[in-house]
Amino acid sequence: MPTVEVPIEKWTGKVHEVTLGGNGRKSVVLGGASTLPFLHFEGQMPHRPLVAIEVQDREPNDWPPSLVSAWGDCLGDPGAWAKKAVEFGADIVTLYLRSAHPEEGNTSADDAKKSVEKVLSAVDIPVIVIGPEVAEKDNEVLVAASDAARGQRIALGNCLEKNHRTIAAACIADGHVAIAKSPIEINLAKQLNVLLCDVGLTPNSILMDPTTGGLGYGLEYTYSVMERLRLSALGGDSMTAMPMICNVGEESWRQKESKAAEGVPEAWGDNDERALLWEKITATSLLYSGADIVVLRHPRTVESTKAVLDNLMGQSAR
Amino acid sequence: MALTGIEIYKYLPKTNCKECGFPTCLAFAMKLAAKSVELAQCPYVTEEATQALEAASRPPIRLVTVGGDDKKIEVGNEVVMFRHEKTFYHQPGIVVRLKDSDPADAIASRVDAVAGYNVERVGLEISMDGFAIENASGDAAAFAACVAAVRAKTKLPLILMSSNPTAMEQALAKADSQTRPLIYTATKENWEQMAGLATQFKCPLAVSEAGGLDELAALTEQVMDKGVEDIVLDPGARDFGESLSTLTQIRRMALKKSFQPLGFPIIAFPGEATSTEEDEAVLAGQQISKYASLIVLDHFSPAMVYPLLTLRLNIYTDPQKPIQLSPGMYEIGTPKATSPLCVTTNFSLTYFSIAGELESSGFPSWLLVCDTEGLSVLTAWAAGKFDAEKIAKTVKEFNVAESVSHKKVILPGHVAVLRGELEEELPDWTVMVGPREAVDVGGYLKQQWTN
Repeated sequence: MPTVEVPIEKWTGKVHEVTLGGNGRKSVVLGGASTLPFLHFEGQMPHRPLVAIEVQDREPNDWPPSLVSAWGDCLGDPGAWAKKAVEFGADIVTLYLRSAHPEEGNTSADDAKKSVEKVLSAVDIPVIVIGPEVAEKDNEVLVAASDAARGQRIALGNCLEKNHRTIAAACIADGHVAIAKSPIEINLAKQLNVLLCDVGLTPNSILMDPTTGGLGYGLEYTYSVMERLRLSALGGDSMTAMPMICNVGEESWRQKESKAAEGVPEAWGDNDERALLWEKITATSLLYSGADIVVLRHPRTVESTKAVLDNLMGQSAR
Repeated sequence: MALTGIEIYKYLPKTNCKECGFPTCLAFAMKLAAKSVELAQCPYVTEEATQALEAASRPPIRLVTVGGDDKKIEVGNEVVMFRHEKTFYHQPGIVVRLKDSDPADAIASRVDAVAGYNVERVGLEISMDGFAIENASGDAAAFAACVAAVRAKTKLPLILMSSNPTAMEQALAKADSQTRPLIYTATKENWEQMAGLATQFKCPLAVSEAGGLDELAALTEQVMDKGVEDIVLDPGARDFGESLSTLTQIRRMALKKSFQPLGFPIIAFPGEATSTEEDEAVLAGQQISKYASLIVLDHFSPAMVYPLLTLRLNIYTDPQKPIQLSPGMYEIGTPKATSPLCVTTNFSLTYFSIAGELESSGFPSWLLVCDTEGLSVLTAWAAGKFDAEKIAKTVKEFNVAESVSHKKVILPGHVAVLRGELEEELPDWTVMVGPREAVDVGGYLKQQWTN
């Protein structure tokens, strides 16, 4: 009988461990993997990937009805929304300061601080705060958020090349983690990590957001860039070895396939089921390519993705 | 693994007899390496050398065809673990399981629904690939009748599922062996008879063994020794964790060790480890990305398969050649003559970025896609493939002025420099400069678009 000796890759690197929370708040550790995702026959994956739930600082104005009704009344109150997110099984709450966007209300740093405080006091799980993704405005509101969460080790994003100094300085001063976002490109991702380390952040205070392309909208680019980043990290490149976070909910639910209720081909099938699968498949695909956090919107995606993760981590049968 | 001319030379007689038509054995070896001649042209080559050279030229994962000339699934022949290393060549066949114990009219309507399923995405027609028919009744005659009924309705490839060689033989007789159904499956108990049927009907054969890869490889070798060449593996791994690790291990054995007994495509059954349609779809999604070549679904609905077929399209896109869109006027939402008109390039990721932002901006829009040979905005501009002349030509080529009433065109902010030239090329148009990043287009339109 032939003996099958499966080749085992001898990786020299591993993913940096990044802790969120602590100091009274529940804490989680991300990263630490010394193998490709879920290949337990080859190496260790000491910390399972986590599911974060998206919370916004204002009532969402572009969500389809099925998503709104899954959440009910809490939308519009970040504290109540965050509490509900915990009930729905969130490992982490991700607060998006959307109302701070110049086109979406242009709310102030002080407003941002209040929203962050509401979420921090509503839940005791780790928190991530994401600005409106306008660099100058992010500098204002994220610095305020950082101050409001001092010592509670939240993650702050997004840190782009053009505003990395400000965000990094806030993270260093207040003990937070920076989320380095780069446009689906391995070298730019690495370069931003290098810049952040140059200004004094340690590698275990950085998460990477490689930019998520939703299913059908560039998913394959994100998928392959993440596989390359993770292979490079395991190959020993410390500057690509940060845990990765993917903004799955927003990128799935913004697409026509998730939003449109009419005027779509019959072959697309039932709207609600298709929209849910769009988010679930985007999430799991990116987990296979190395995501350490997926940020999700629909409670049923959270439930299903956590069950898949249980199975992949060998923790329980379905 | 392909050999070099020098490596091949070591296996030749080195007598320079010239009977092959070449002046020296080395020259002949070089031609062999270039695959421009056949080894059989050497009259003195030894049996040992023939075997070694054939093994070296064999693809690490055999290409297996299920189905006839009309409609077929071709899978295998993959050469990499990760799509960015080269590409994934043969997308998995996605088929739907039918059971011969189900009522005939239910089977007929499912066959119609699956065979008739067709949807267009980024200019490509996508559809389902076939059916698996299971001998769930345990009755040979019922199985054969069901296979005959399905075959009469559709030309799509079939997988015949029975562990009973008698039932399989009767079904194969009904299935029209020209259409080469996959015989599922050979097990430790029935492999000799199943291998006999595969040879007799010239059909590919699945080999199932859930007792570990050693056992699977042993069974596959026995089947190969019987002369069966076209094999599909079923390692029995069913749930999320097992499927990922087992299919990864099989792929590694084939690619990194050229281990022939596992150098075949793999079949997966996501419905056997899940209980709902949605969970089955999520597991099938894993198997599309991670190494299954045939995926048998137990559920079927458009809402379930559309995301899966989209994922398959994404993962099996050749990363060396980004998908180029056909140039033209694309409608985002349902634009009117007064809706904004944006210009972009035909690199698919560029298109998806801007189309996605326009989609969520609340402004139905026209998106004019120029042929930049698949380059993004800045790269195309730098390469001289996205200039005022090209944009003006595209505007005229697609009769843009007939779709919009306003004669205003919005340029990507990164090529603001083209504004002056474009105004010269399109004298009666207003050229507006949009944001540099797609993500800002919604805010830009809110502020700047006044039609």
